[in-house]
Amino acid sequence: MAAVDRRVLFAFVALVLLLPLLPVPDYWISLLNYIGLSSLVALGLVLLTGIGGLTSFGQAAFVGIGAYSTAYLSTAWGLSPWLGLAVGLAITIVAALIIGAVTLSMSGHYLALATIAWALALYYLFGTLGFLGYHDGLSGIPALTLFGVSLGDARAMYGLIWALVLLALWAARNLLDSRPGRAMRALKRAGMAEAMGVNTVWLKMVMFVLAAVLACTAGWLYAHLQRTVSPSSFGLNYGIEYLFMAVIGGIGHVWGAVLGAGVFSLAKEFLRGQLPALLQLQVNIEMIVFGVLMVLLLQHARTGLWPLLARFFPVPPAAHAPAQAPALPRREKPKAGEPLLEVKGLRKEFGGLTAVDDIDFQLRAGEIVGLIGPNGAGKSTTFNMITGVQAATAGTVRYRGETISGLSARQIVRRGIGRTFQHVKLVPEMTALENVALGAHLRGDYRPQGGVLASMLRLNRAEEAKLLHEAAQQLHRVGLGDCLYQPAASLALGQQRLLEIARALCGDPALLLLDEPAAGLRYREKLELAELLRKLKAEGMSILIVEHDMDFVMNLTDRLVVMEFGRKIAEGSPAEVQRNPAVLEAYLGDAI
Amino acid sequence: MDWQIAGFLAVDGFTSGAIYALLALALVLVFSVTRIILVPLGELMVYAGVTLALLGHDRVPATGALLLAMGVACFALELWEARRGTTPRRLALAAVKFLALPLALLLITRWAAPRALPLPLDMALTTLLIVPMGPMLYRIVFQPMAEASTLVLLIVSVATHFALTGLGLVMFGPEGWSAAPLWDASFDLAGVPLSGQSLAIWASSLLLMLALYLFFSRTLPGKALRAVAVNRLGARLIGVGSAQAGRLTFTLATAIVTACGMLAAPLTALTYDGGFVIALKGFIGAIIGGLVGYPLAAAGALLVGLLEAFASFWASSYKEVIVFTLVLPVLLWRSLASHGRHHDDEEEE
Repeated sequence: MAAVDRRVLFAFVALVLLLPLLPVPDYWISLLNYIGLSSLVALGLVLLTGIGGLTSFGQAAFVGIGAYSTAYLSTAWGLSPWLGLAVGLAITIVAALIIGAVTLSMSGHYLALATIAWALALYYLFGTLGFLGYHDGLSGIPALTLFGVSLGDARAMYGLIWALVLLALWAARNLLDSRPGRAMRALKRAGMAEAMGVNTVWLKMVMFVLAAVLACTAGWLYAHLQRTVSPSSFGLNYGIEYLFMAVIGGIGHVWGAVLGAGVFSLAKEFLRGQLPALLQLQVNIEMIVFGVLMVLLLQHARTGLWPLLARFFPVPPAAHAPAQAPALPRREKPKAGEPLLEVKGLRKEFGGLTAVDDIDFQLRAGEIVGLIGPNGAGKSTTFNMITGVQAATAGTVRYRGETISGLSARQIVRRGIGRTFQHVKLVPEMTALENVALGAHLRGDYRPQGGVLASMLRLNRAEEAKLLHEAAQQLHRVGLGDCLYQPAASLALGQQRLLEIARALCGDPALLLLDEPAAGLRYREKLELAELLRKLKAEGMSILIVEHDMDFVMNLTDRLVVMEFGRKIAEGSPAEVQRNPAVLEAYLGDAI
Repeated sequence: MDWQIAGFLAVDGFTSGAIYALLALALVLVFSVTRIILVPLGELMVYAGVTLALLGHDRVPATGALLLAMGVACFALELWEARRGTTPRRLALAAVKFLALPLALLLITRWAAPRALPLPLDMALTTLLIVPMGPMLYRIVFQPMAEASTLVLLIVSVATHFALTGLGLVMFGPEGWSAAPLWDASFDLAGVPLSGQSLAIWASSLLLMLALYLFFSRTLPGKALRAVAVNRLGARLIGVGSAQAGRLTFTLATAIVTACGMLAAPLTALTYDGGFVIALKGFIGAIIGGLVGYPLAAAGALLVGLLEAFASFWASSYKEVIVFTLVLPVLLWRSLASHGRHHDDEEEE
């Protein structure tokens, strides 16, 4: 991070933490306390919505669990607030896991709907349970004590609240700048993430639980700040307001949570306090104002306020490739000539239509094989069945002697088969380096889907160094060595295709599957791509290319498999295939 | 519980269930055509119910003024879009649709409200005031962002719900309003009391569902909407625009919930923020139908009504908790039912 940004950050942190020592009026301290609590909840929503592409309207219910757990245990049983926090977190995590388990395997809006129902159910439950004081709630909650110091007044609580906010921001930024974090940032492109070995459903669950834990912590702080809790503070409208804060501040940035919480809370104060007096209104119009504001914001400025502010503090990319790092372990590669991929009787029917009709072919280690055919020949369907995207109706695919048909995309990549996509699938706002590092998702030091906590606490530096070093090497290997820190979206299509190959190479594959890699490329770019593939072959890589560009594959491949109308019509060396009458007819029509 | 109480609860459950079923149908209709989960249908329902109640109390409902305000906003949007060229005919048409007609309705409402008009006239006026709000809402809020993801549309929908609830508070105040029943009769069915209002609700629900069925199976606009629901792009290619389809869908859905509001207003006092909870119960029915199946959605909503009625007998204070917790097992069932089937994850580019 550049020195000037670091200075701005330090100044901000110092200002935030030292504020209560200054002669700031109590009113402002109290307001800032609530902004801090809202920031925690909104930060969870930034992770969940802005990064993960999911949303929850029920965060207020988790705040309520955090608040009621400690309130009940400390008033009815006289137990320590810290035990209250532990119990609150336990209930929150279990609840979030249950809600996530029933909704996350379906489309994204089901989680949002479930959280609405859950928030309402819990709100009514708080008001119905006798031991939680019905609608009056619980009062007489003790103050927190920290190292023997009582945090009874708002100024003392301010320190704890904002220390936790800053800690949560730090942890969230660390997380996003890590192996699991990059996978989270890829969640909106779930198909691609799965093909890199990411368990997207599980990661969504992790993000939902993290957001719930942040909300629960805010609720625990709230109970000991307010010293009294009642159901009305945890209604669905508060859950909606938290989401509004995150959207206003900037749903894609961790700082957007703080900015949004601040702007929203100040605006609410104004709408409740000054405005009614100013306009001589009898009722509150804050709901109308916020509702209309949100609609306008989502119509015209979906990224929120933070990007406007962030222009003044340009932040260089966080992930940097080190010059030296220990090498990642490599898998044992097959010897040249060993059978690698065997496709036998592969078949796909869509209703009455047979898209792929009993296809057989083989690929030996060290070969480049092209699967070609005119549009609609069934090439892509064959490709999708080999990569586990679509299930085969019949037939088998064997890889190094093991049957892989029926396995998921995630299980297939684990076995050493890397792939690219016909329509480039990158995370546009991540740098080239970060995108490529995504390909090494399964090669980290932690469990493939783990390492979240270690990443938040920045204990993952050794893993990061190795992964980013590997990613940089793969980028150099495909000739993108000078684009490491450019956002993927700023690259030309040809470069993006190379980037996808580098990402696949980062998984240390023994077999590369390329889906129409030359589509949309200019002539020069095609030459460069062919050059790269030849180089990879010389290094021992085996490659299967699906392509309809005959010229591109002719001088590149060892063997071609030609498909038409779902059937294999020819197989052989490019020269043989070029002379095959059936192929000529398929490509040039009956005229020949 | 004896069978008499059971009968009483069943009548109660089927009555509210019929209203939830209509709401569920409206929600499924809007979602399948536009991908919008239209949460504010609950508020439009309350607007209709309270407008009818206020007219019945010989008071001027502020919904007339709201309609004009929405019309002005729509006209402003038309003008803004017309800066790149339009025809005078188009502008004149927009002026009539968005300014003249709402103004005329506002004046009629002011004139009619203090006079104790018969109930059918009040209902007609209520329908004329509320139904146009649906397509106007689509024009103002959703049409400019029809291509956004389902998730963004849901957040916008909830934001609209927020704004409409706030407007409800400004227009109607915090108190609840109820209307006179459509049919002030009472029957005795083997010891189970049966009100004319319940019969009216059942009959109207069945009629509306039949009308919807005929609309979708027999008319060209109905078939066009079904085409959009199946394939938006394909429908556009053969000349069914998504904006047109959106407006028509919102008109239909608003007409359904307007009926719901007017049917429910005599049963219970409607408050400015009560629509949301009622709509959500329709929603749970709609989720049972997977947000796409009409008969399942209606059956699910009836089930919600029955569950609510029986829960209020056994555990009255836990009634809402039970109904809203029901969504979890329902979602689990949906999730298992959809398991293994290929479904496209919406990917944002």
